[in-house]
Amino acid sequence: MVAIDKRFGSVQANRRASLEVPRGEIHALVGENGAGKSTLMRILGGLMKPDAGTVEVNGRNVTGWSTQDAIRAGIGVVHQHFMLVPPLTVAENVVLGKEPHRGPAFDRARALREVADLEQRTGLVVGGERRVADLSVGEAQRVEILKTLYRGAEILVLDEPTAVLSPPEVRDLWNVLRTVRDQGGTIILITHRLDEVMDLSEAITVMRAGETVARLKTGETTAAGIAHAMVGRAVALTEAVGFLPEEQTTAELEAAGKAAPAPSAGHASATLSVRDLVVVGARGTNAVDGVSFEIAPGEILGVAGVEGNGQTELVEAIAGLRNVRGGSITLAGTDLTHASVDRRRAAGLAHVPEDRHRRGLILDYTVADNLILGSQQRFSGRGSLDENRIRSYADALTREFDIRPPDPALAARLFSGGNQQKVVIAREMGGDFSVLLASQPTRGVDVGAIEFIHRRLREARDAGKSILLVSAELNEVLALADRVAVMYRGRIVAILPARHADPEVIGEYMIGAREPTAA
Amino acid sequence: MNPFEFIGQTLRIAVPYLFAAQGGVIAERAGIISLTLEGFMLGGAFTGALGSYYTGSAWLGLALGMAGGLAFGALHAVATVRFRANHVVVGIAINLFAIGITRVILKLLFDSSSNSPRVEGFGTGLQSFSSPLVWMGLLVTPAVAWMLYRTTFGLRVRAVGEHPEAAESVGVRVNLVRYVAVALSGILAGLGGVYLALDQHQFTDGMTAGRGFIALAAVIFGRWDPWRAAGACLLFAAAETLQIQLQSVGFIPAQFVAMIPYLLTIIALAGVVGRSQPPAALGQVKE
Amino acid sequence: MSSELRTRLEESLIPPLVALLVALVIGDLLILLFGQSPSTVYRMLLEGALGNPYGFAQVIYKTTTLTFAGLAVAFALRAGLFNIGGESQIAAGAFGAAVAGLMLPAGTPWILAIPLCLFAAATFGGAVGWVPGVLRTKFGAHEVIVTIMLNFIVLALLNWIVTSHLHVAETVHTPDIRAGTVAPLSSFFSAFHGSAANLTILFALAAAAWMWWYLFRTRRGYELRAVGLQPDAAEYGGINVGGVWIRAMTISGMIAGLGGTNFVLGYKHYYEEGFVGGAGFLGIAIALVGRNHPVGVVIAAFFFAVLSQGGLAIHAFVPKQMVEVLQGAVILAVAVSVPAVRAALIRSRRVPAS
Repeated sequence: MVAIDKRFGSVQANRRASLEVPRGEIHALVGENGAGKSTLMRILGGLMKPDAGTVEVNGRNVTGWSTQDAIRAGIGVVHQHFMLVPPLTVAENVVLGKEPHRGPAFDRARALREVADLEQRTGLVVGGERRVADLSVGEAQRVEILKTLYRGAEILVLDEPTAVLSPPEVRDLWNVLRTVRDQGGTIILITHRLDEVMDLSEAITVMRAGETVARLKTGETTAAGIAHAMVGRAVALTEAVGFLPEEQTTAELEAAGKAAPAPSAGHASATLSVRDLVVVGARGTNAVDGVSFEIAPGEILGVAGVEGNGQTELVEAIAGLRNVRGGSITLAGTDLTHASVDRRRAAGLAHVPEDRHRRGLILDYTVADNLILGSQQRFSGRGSLDENRIRSYADALTREFDIRPPDPALAARLFSGGNQQKVVIAREMGGDFSVLLASQPTRGVDVGAIEFIHRRLREARDAGKSILLVSAELNEVLALADRVAVMYRGRIVAILPARHADPEVIGEYMIGAREPTAA
Repeated sequence: MNPFEFIGQTLRIAVPYLFAAQGGVIAERAGIISLTLEGFMLGGAFTGALGSYYTGSAWLGLALGMAGGLAFGALHAVATVRFRANHVVVGIAINLFAIGITRVILKLLFDSSSNSPRVEGFGTGLQSFSSPLVWMGLLVTPAVAWMLYRTTFGLRVRAVGEHPEAAESVGVRVNLVRYVAVALSGILAGLGGVYLALDQHQFTDGMTAGRGFIALAAVIFGRWDPWRAAGACLLFAAAETLQIQLQSVGFIPAQFVAMIPYLLTIIALAGVVGRSQPPAALGQVKE
Repeated sequence: MSSELRTRLEESLIPPLVALLVALVIGDLLILLFGQSPSTVYRMLLEGALGNPYGFAQVIYKTTTLTFAGLAVAFALRAGLFNIGGESQIAAGAFGAAVAGLMLPAGTPWILAIPLCLFAAATFGGAVGWVPGVLRTKFGAHEVIVTIMLNFIVLALLNWIVTSHLHVAETVHTPDIRAGTVAPLSSFFSAFHGSAANLTILFALAAAAWMWWYLFRTRRGYELRAVGLQPDAAEYGGINVGGVWIRAMTISGMIAGLGGTNFVLGYKHYYEEGFVGGAGFLGIAIALVGRNHPVGVVIAAFFFAVLSQGGLAIHAFVPKQMVEVLQGAVILAVAVSVPAVRAALIRSRRVPAS
């Protein structure tokens, strides 16, 4: 791929981006969120057409081709968000688009046979007749890889494949990828986790702000060198999720955080206590199955775990967005188990939701209107809203949380991911609260915003707030939390002090390879 | 009451429902909301009647009726698939458009905006079982069920209706599948309309009289499955037959019998008798 | 800020204008099909609707019902719900007003009678709107289907009540109401003599003003729009989404129900089978063309009223049903151009740097 340009409106997603991968190589494509990695791969996969530049595969110019052309030429893309049809079976999903058939009729028997053969050959066994809706995340990813291999993929593109996997599942995946490579396949791995890059890849292309800024041999560089290339400046991004596991800087930053003046408010501090909580999940099973913990004022309890093990349901149940089947939730001694969202907020509960585009923001509302979401009652007198008060409140928060551009009359939709998240953080942490639920607080935001958000979390903790931090990034949990609770299949299987926690041990808890040590 | 007469009449009432409902099943399984069945039927009835009138052949009328349904289906498909317009709004517009355009052309051709002259049909009453349309109506359900569950096209229709991005990512041409599905839907509903026009030997203004909505009710009551939808069509038709036959006795007002399909559909939607789950991507428009 | 406002204006105004253009082209073709000159026919249409006092008064009359119908649809749409039940809600409201007017003793002072009749209309219409709201909230039943089905059910029910219990012999309408009539405009402007226009138009304009205040100036309006835009975010913000749905559908039904008073209280003074004649469905078109904004709805209602009244004036040359075709074409064109314009504007929008 040479000199690829792609714009979306005024956003230049790719600017003269170039990528060259020789056959049989595992190649890492790294860069921050929004660096243009996914766009570049979409162009390769035929989902988008470039504005300029050329794409060549095996010496053939294929610029601007269609998905079908790409598939036919052996490009297989495993998307970050699974591209599977839940009510269909595994076999149907695998063969979709390239179905074995007799005339117009779908040859189901042959589809099952071919999928079974493929499973045998690759060791990716799932079971052709199972419905995709019933699969675990790891199994679903296997189906995704099976899909590409079924189509004879020779160039496999994986977009953040490990985001939803536990460490042992990651190791399994690496083995599969190495097998594919050994059989002559080419693999392009999109990631922003440098440990994975160092672990698996043979060569690396670094993207920054739409440009490809470096092409390196893995053996000839270090994680720090790559990180430097990614952000283009020597930032202490030690903290920034999963880049570098360095301890001393954590301590330094922590010390800095402790030194900061502690803001105090009405709901100064309170203990959040959860007892034997049972929450029903989407499939009718207990997504949260008897969880108990307590968070003291001035403490961050981090929740680690592979996504889909009940973390979302746990947070939503505490926030009042999901019904509780059993157990209790108390805040400062007040029972909130079945209270409305409103009452919980009034009791001092704040919540940074995991999905800001769905829950955290009303994208078509202005930033000002978003900043009063949840406290709109306080801004209305006799039914009508007090525009002036809203305006001045929003101006103050915009300044305090450095939301850019600093115009709260603009629609939230127009802001960058990092600034959108700052709006959410400002709303939840700028007001009066004692307990904060922070779910994936830095997902999909830039490094600068990550640093800012981490600092605010530490400051809040030091001011005596109780914080429940859920993150898919184990390193983020380890960097921020005082204690780490590991969730597996709806239960907390271990609660460990974060300071001396061994990521490998936590990883084993995450996949149930260790006996639970916590109730 | 003669049971054969009862069954015969039920089947004859059910035929247009069966056509339209199966059309609705296909379109909705592909993710396109089918508020347009009424308009498709009216369009099919109109072009079918015109075809039969001008050629003197019921068969050519049938063919033209399919073409009429197809034309309206194409309009619906272009608006919803190509232009990504709101399915509900487009549905309402097409229904309005169908009523208006048929009246205007009636006026233009026959100087009457209420009905066409008598046209050739396949026979009425008990003879109507000699009509190929009745037999086609009875065969349409197995045909659609086979297509949906046993063909590659059907697999793609179901995938497109549940998760279009997934289908697209493996090279299924989502828009093409939807175009074909809506076109088929138009043709089938159009056939339902042709049946009405040829059975009555003329086209009358607004002659579908809400049948497209009853068919839609059957699709929903039948949980988007061809067989169950067919069952719903037969049930609704049986209720109507019963009402017609009990009219002389007069112990239930006709209005209450007419409510049955709609009430049942609401009850089904409310999940009292098993929850109705529509296809996941039904009516979704990508921004 | 001004660019934001401009974008919003463009997003609101371009689709209806595009739609108008498309409808004009289709209209031209149809008129040519009848061998007439488009410019002549359009001039006659406008003259018939706006060129004489009677026609203009009829336009006002039609605007009244259509405004209520459009506001009802727009109100529910702001909460993210599609109310296709306008047809039966208007009928139910009219029926309620008629029943109230029949039950009141003759000679009840208007200051008492009119509010009571309006209240009855809003209650009946609101009840029909409440049902799909509750079914959506409690059972997840999709309101589009429920309101469509309810149209048939409610109209059949009213038909049964009127034809078997309440009708004047040989007709399909109820007896005249005894109290609660709204004065015709012709008693203030004699030039409007013979037209159905009446003071209900003031209620319609008041409803539009109220709706603007409610949606954009009150906490409940803030919550309603939040639910319409992103129900998950609204729930997260402590808003009772189901409660908003029920409230929105009920108020929507009430607004539609008030639309029925234009006919019963202001014009005929009785309830008659089948008088609604598609106004409920046109409300969808009006809400769409008016971009769900109360001001836009009033303007769009006026536009559709002109089209409808003007259609009568051109009947000698082209069939008045041409107007139905045009209405369908307008809705289709707006539906198609709304996403297209929005996409184009989003593409061209500046994304502020962080």
